[in-house]
Amino acid sequence: MRRLLAMLVLPCLACAPAAADTIFVTNEKDNTVTVLDSETLKVVKTIPVGKRPRGIAITPDKKEVLVCVGDDDQLDVIDTETLEVVRRMDTGPDPELLDIDHKGERVYVANEDDGYVTVLERVSGKVLAEIEVGVEPEGMSVSPDDKIVAATSEATSMAHIIDTTTFEVMANILVDTRPRVAMFTQDGKHVWVSAEIGGTVAIIDAATYKIIKKLSFEIPGVRPELIQPMGIIFSQDGKRAFVAIGRANRIAVIDTATYETTNYILTGQRPWHMALSADGTKLYSANGLTNDLTVIDVATLKAEKSVPVGRLPWGVVVKPK
Amino acid sequence: MMIRTFHLLRLRRRAAGLAARLAALATLSAMVWLVAGPANADPKSTAARAGAPPTVNATIVYLTKDYREPPPLSLVDKVVTDKGIQGARIALEENNRTGRLIGQHYELLEALLGADANPVDKAKELIAGGHRLIVADLEAADLLAVADLPEARDALIFDVRTSDDVLRQEQCRNNVFHVPPNWAMRADALAQYLMWKRWRRWVLIVGQSPADEAYAAAMRRAAKRFGAKIVAERPYTFEAGSRRTDTGHQQIQSQMPMLTQGVPDHDVIVVADEADVFGDYLLFRTYEPRPVAGTHGLVAVAWHRAFEEYAGTQMQNRFEKKAGRIMLERDYTAWLAVRIIGEAVTRTGKSDAETLRAYILSDKFEVAGFKGQGMNFRPWDLQLRQPVLIAGPRALVSISPQEGFLHPKFLTDTLGFDEPESKCRLSASATDGSK
Repeated sequence: MRRLLAMLVLPCLACAPAAADTIFVTNEKDNTVTVLDSETLKVVKTIPVGKRPRGIAITPDKKEVLVCVGDDDQLDVIDTETLEVVRRMDTGPDPELLDIDHKGERVYVANEDDGYVTVLERVSGKVLAEIEVGVEPEGMSVSPDDKIVAATSEATSMAHIIDTTTFEVMANILVDTRPRVAMFTQDGKHVWVSAEIGGTVAIIDAATYKIIKKLSFEIPGVRPELIQPMGIIFSQDGKRAFVAIGRANRIAVIDTATYETTNYILTGQRPWHMALSADGTKLYSANGLTNDLTVIDVATLKAEKSVPVGRLPWGVVVKPK
Repeated sequence: MMIRTFHLLRLRRRAAGLAARLAALATLSAMVWLVAGPANADPKSTAARAGAPPTVNATIVYLTKDYREPPPLSLVDKVVTDKGIQGARIALEENNRTGRLIGQHYELLEALLGADANPVDKAKELIAGGHRLIVADLEAADLLAVADLPEARDALIFDVRTSDDVLRQEQCRNNVFHVPPNWAMRADALAQYLMWKRWRRWVLIVGQSPADEAYAAAMRRAAKRFGAKIVAERPYTFEAGSRRTDTGHQQIQSQMPMLTQGVPDHDVIVVADEADVFGDYLLFRTYEPRPVAGTHGLVAVAWHRAFEEYAGTQMQNRFEKKAGRIMLERDYTAWLAVRIIGEAVTRTGKSDAETLRAYILSDKFEVAGFKGQGMNFRPWDLQLRQPVLIAGPRALVSISPQEGFLHPKFLTDTLGFDEPESKCRLSASATDGSK
């Protein structure tokens, strides 16, 4: 019977060249990670994880998904084949957001309650360094060449540039109030930093550590205090940036050449973090207040569908088939 | 020409070599630091080494005294003797963590006076010592007395304790910034929610302390502003109940229905019991089954333990870890006052009162306080604009301003005294701000 089913299924897989990705979404209030199939957008599995899962990242080899479980002071490691938590790593207090270097060797974690960035060896979980930054660190992005890391401190309103060899903070850059996310451009030349309360995105030169441009957003009919930039992601060709505008329930689309905002895409409520499909054609946003994930077509910039996940969805990553 | 180029090249190379050497030196010292690092079990202890000596120093005075406060009516609430200062201490730490990175250092001078001390004398002494940044956890009379000292003219006093409307109106002062929402803001915040619920007919029960009457006046004003109707008003005239209802509950069980009986149809009981004498006893004991709002039941507050949004959880956790108890409203306002000073010092790189005042009143200023928006001061009465939490005894219910209550500039200006109705007259120099 099983073989018969397999025979039925296999030819169909062959006829659909765009194989499905797997989407992982952290649900902060449910203590779970929802796993979705990108083709059917159906829930494949709901994985129980530690308490208060937020930041989520996938290793370069796509074999593991790492989840910050803040209230457990740990990282849960999910095997992307078995879809189970296979091990845990101690991170120090309240890990919120993380990034993994491009070699897959190190994990950089923001310890929100304690004002540290913790650097871990990915395989052994050994703590390589604890770097003191500002109050309530959150944003975390490793440069494409792995040489520097950009972190943000929400309550200090700063971006910090950390040297990954010396673990020294090279620069503290004052940005607008409550910076949430830092993201390197693919060419490593700039770091984009969103300021939730300030309502802006600062673009920092990664060599001089100077702010070269500050983006602000105006949406007709939306109160200015609801303009709360959060997650940042770039299209695969680097020509567009997507910035989730939290309480405005929209994603801003920015032309990275002109820094003009060209579109606002309506999503579920309070989109936070985003991910792209493996082929770069779809954008997914985790929407905290409507407990769903919005699927956006990158070419048309249209929201196609919102699918329910768990309670208070926070972060999202994609594993290619 | 060749030679010149050669020289230039050499020069450049020499400069590059110097830069490289300097960089190497920096790396070396970093490595030394790293080597020294692991020997230290606690990474916090390396913090002091991270920065150069500070270039900006700011000392913040926290001035309070041991006032008589009634014990909380509910036995669930602990008697807390360090309200406020605990919040200030945490904000100081935060200021310093930020300051450390940019060469700024903050200190908190704690003037926590005994029950018999005179805060005005202490203020004189502190101001004579050069202090100008004062967080005032003082009752209204002391606050005004301190503000009116001739030597306090150019001080920045942050009121973290009072809600009195009169301090934002006729008795406003040029040098006093108010962090807690005043009665009118709280009443408006609550009224907006009640109107959103279409609970328009209120019965107002008023206690006998002056603060109760002040709160009731704010509720009457809110009813008029938002179109509610106070169908009946009753004073609470019974002898104050004991904190222990095990001896008094039978009496209370018959008192409360009597108090709320024989009034016209109503949607909600609004209680004004700022003195915390009977408010909690109304819940579940009213003659008609009606919700209770006001100083008890559904309340309008700046902070609540059940609040978690906008990273509020981080603050709650941080506070409980440090203070060993939950964060109360005054801890929040004191935390916020110290953060306001920190924010202004961070952004201006100065710590003198004049510069800070100008910055705080400029349209560049905003402070984050877990309310999902930047907060600033109304230039006409120096009251902090802020969303107000609407909370039940155990959970957050809503946050005002409510949807649909509009204002051309700041939605939060639908709460409390807007510019046209302000009776505060500050001197011209106080209102340089453009907001």
